[in-house]
Amino acid sequence: MSIASGMHGILPTANLQRLLDALSTKGYRIIGPTVHDGSVVWETVRSVSDLPIGWRDQQEPARYRLEQTGSQDIFGVVHGPQSLKPLVFAPREPLLQIERTKDGFAARQMILQPEKVAVIGARACDLAGLAIQDRIFLKDAYCDPYYATRREGLFVIAVNCTRALSTCFCASMETGPRATNGFDLVLTEVDDRLLIEAGSEAGRHVLGGLSLSPASEELIGEAAKCIDACARSQVRRLDHTHLPQALYDAHEHPRWNDVAGRCLACANCTMVCPTCFCYTVEETPDLSHQQTDHARSWDSCFTQEHGYIHGKNIRPTIKDRYRMWLTHKFASWIDQFGMSGCVGCGRCITWCPVGIDLTEELPALMTPVQPSVSRRHVEG
Amino acid sequence: MVNAYAIHPATIVEKIREAEDINTYRLQLVDEQVRRGFCFKAGQFNMVYLFGVGEVAISIVSDPDEPELLDHTIRSVGRITTAVAGLQPGDVLGIRGPFGQGWPLDQAHGCDVVIVTGGLGCAPVVGAIEYIFRRRAQYGAIKILHGVKTPHDLLYRERFDAWRRSPDTEVLLTSDQPDKSWSYRIGVVTELFELVSIDPPKSIVLMCGPEIMMRLGVPILMRRGIPATAIYVSLERHMECGIGLCGHCQMGPYFVCKDGPVMRYDRVAQWLGRAGV
Repeated sequence: MSIASGMHGILPTANLQRLLDALSTKGYRIIGPTVHDGSVVWETVRSVSDLPIGWRDQQEPARYRLEQTGSQDIFGVVHGPQSLKPLVFAPREPLLQIERTKDGFAARQMILQPEKVAVIGARACDLAGLAIQDRIFLKDAYCDPYYATRREGLFVIAVNCTRALSTCFCASMETGPRATNGFDLVLTEVDDRLLIEAGSEAGRHVLGGLSLSPASEELIGEAAKCIDACARSQVRRLDHTHLPQALYDAHEHPRWNDVAGRCLACANCTMVCPTCFCYTVEETPDLSHQQTDHARSWDSCFTQEHGYIHGKNIRPTIKDRYRMWLTHKFASWIDQFGMSGCVGCGRCITWCPVGIDLTEELPALMTPVQPSVSRRHVEG
Repeated sequence: MVNAYAIHPATIVEKIREAEDINTYRLQLVDEQVRRGFCFKAGQFNMVYLFGVGEVAISIVSDPDEPELLDHTIRSVGRITTAVAGLQPGDVLGIRGPFGQGWPLDQAHGCDVVIVTGGLGCAPVVGAIEYIFRRRAQYGAIKILHGVKTPHDLLYRERFDAWRRSPDTEVLLTSDQPDKSWSYRIGVVTELFELVSIDPPKSIVLMCGPEIMMRLGVPILMRRGIPATAIYVSLERHMECGIGLCGHCQMGPYFVCKDGPVMRYDRVAQWLGRAGV
C-alpha cells in the first residue's frame, strides 16, 4: 500500500538515494549540505554519500566546529554559515550588460532562464528566512525579476530539527524547530528512518512517485517528541513582546557604546543572516571601456560607505552601524514589512568573530538605565 | 514583469551652466516608446547613469507637463557627478525612474505656498515652483525664502528675479557669507521667516536643503501656527536602487527613496537629527 496525499511516508535512511534520483529524473539539480573546509556549505550533490553522514556541528559564540560521530545520521549537522539566501538572492547578480554603441549605449537585461534546483536540508529557520525574503523581493511595490527567477525554480526539502545548537533560539521566535510551511517536502530523521511529508503539489507529486509505505502513528509520535524535545532544549531565547517600540526608545542607551567597543564592524553577521537584504550596485567596465557589467552584490550596513552621502556619513561610528543593524532587524523591519527581521537561527552569534550575542544585547538594551548608573557613566 | 533596473539611454540636449561646479542637463530619452510613457511628479527623482561609471540619484527639476525633456541639476561632488561634468550636448546618459514621492501640489490647491530652501536644496523644489506658476490661479500667495552660503552658490538667479516680479509673490534671498556683490539679505534662511507674513490655516510649506535648516526652521514655523502636517520636507540619503530594496537610504522605518524623498514633517520629525539615523 502506498501513502495517500497529505500523509506521512517512511523512507529508510539507506534508501534516501531514491528521493535524490527521483528529483534528478524530474530535471532538478540537487543542492545539499556538504563538508567543506571545516564547515558545511551548499554544493551540488549527486549521491547520498556527498551529504555529511555522521557529522555534527557544535556552535557557540564565535565558534563553529564539525565532529565526526561515526553514526549513520545524514542530517546531524544543523546548519553552516549559509541560509537559503544565496540560492535566491545571489551574492553577486549581474543585472545588466551594457555595450557602447556609436550613438550611446545599449543595455541588455541579464535575467537567467529559471533553473530547477532542489535544495535538501533546509531548516525551519531557513524557511522563515526565505518567507521574509519573498516578502521583500516579491511582494513589495516592485517584484524583483532576478530573485523571482531563482525562486521560481526552487524546490525545498526541509528537515525538522531534532537537535538544537547552543546558539539556536527559533523556538522563542516562533519559527522552528518544526517546519510548518514553505517547503515542498519535509523530512524528520528518526534513527535509521526518515519520516517524509509533502507540503506542496510539487512535493506530493514527487512523494507519490516514491511508492513509500505509510508511517505508523507510533513513528509520527516519536518524531514529534524529538522535535518538541529539541525546542525545549534551546538554551537561548528572545523576548520580543515589547518590540518594536522598546528598541526605538533605547536609541540613547549606554549599552550601544559597550557593544560598539566589542564590534569589529566586519559585517559577518549581515553576510550569514538569512534575511539581510542590503546590496550595492557596481559597475565593472572592461579594459577597452566598450562593455560594462552592471551587477549587484551583497552589501552591509556595517561598511563605512553604507550611509555615505557627499560630504557626510550618516552613520560614521561603529556604534551607529551596530545600532542601525539591530534596530532595523528588531524594530524598523516590523514597521516596514509587518514581521521581525530575525528568525532565531543564531548564525550571527556563531559567526561573529568576537561572539556578540544579540540574545544578550537586546535584553540589556531594553533594560532601563538606573539613574545612578547613568550618572556614573557620564562622570566616568 | 517590469524590470526596475532597466536603464534607458537619454541624450543631453542642452547643458546649462548654473555655477562653476553646477550644471543643468536637459535630457531626452532616446527610445520613443519609453519617452512617451515617461511621466513624473515634481519632487520625484531619476537614477542618472553614466556608462562605465555608475548611477546617482538626481531630482527632476523640469515641468511634469513636459516630460519629453527632463532637467537635472547636478553639482560635481563625487565620482559619478564629476565624470558627468565632462559631458557635452549630444553625449548620452542613462535614466532609470522616476522614483519616490513628489511634492503635494494637488493638496496645495487654494493654499498659500511657503517655499524654504537652502543651497542646492532649491533644485528639487524649482520644478514645483514652475508648476505652481503655470497654474497660478489655483494657488494663493507664494513666498520663496532661499538661503545660500556665499553669493557664488546662488543658482537660477534669473528665475528668482522673474518670480519676484510676479503678482502676489514674495522672494527673499539671503547669504550668510556675503561679499560686496550681494544685494539681498544677510544671514541664514530661518531669519527670513519673521520678514514674511504667513497665514497659518491656509499655508503649506515645502522645504528642501540641509537637515539642520529643517530642524531649526520647522519649530519657528510651528510657533507661527503652521501645523507639522502642513510642512513637507525633501530628504537626502545614499540611494542605489530607487525602489526600497538596497537598504542604504533607510531613516527609521522609512526608505527615503520609496517613502520619500518628499515626506510630511510630522512623520519624520522623530527621526530627523537622531544620531546615526
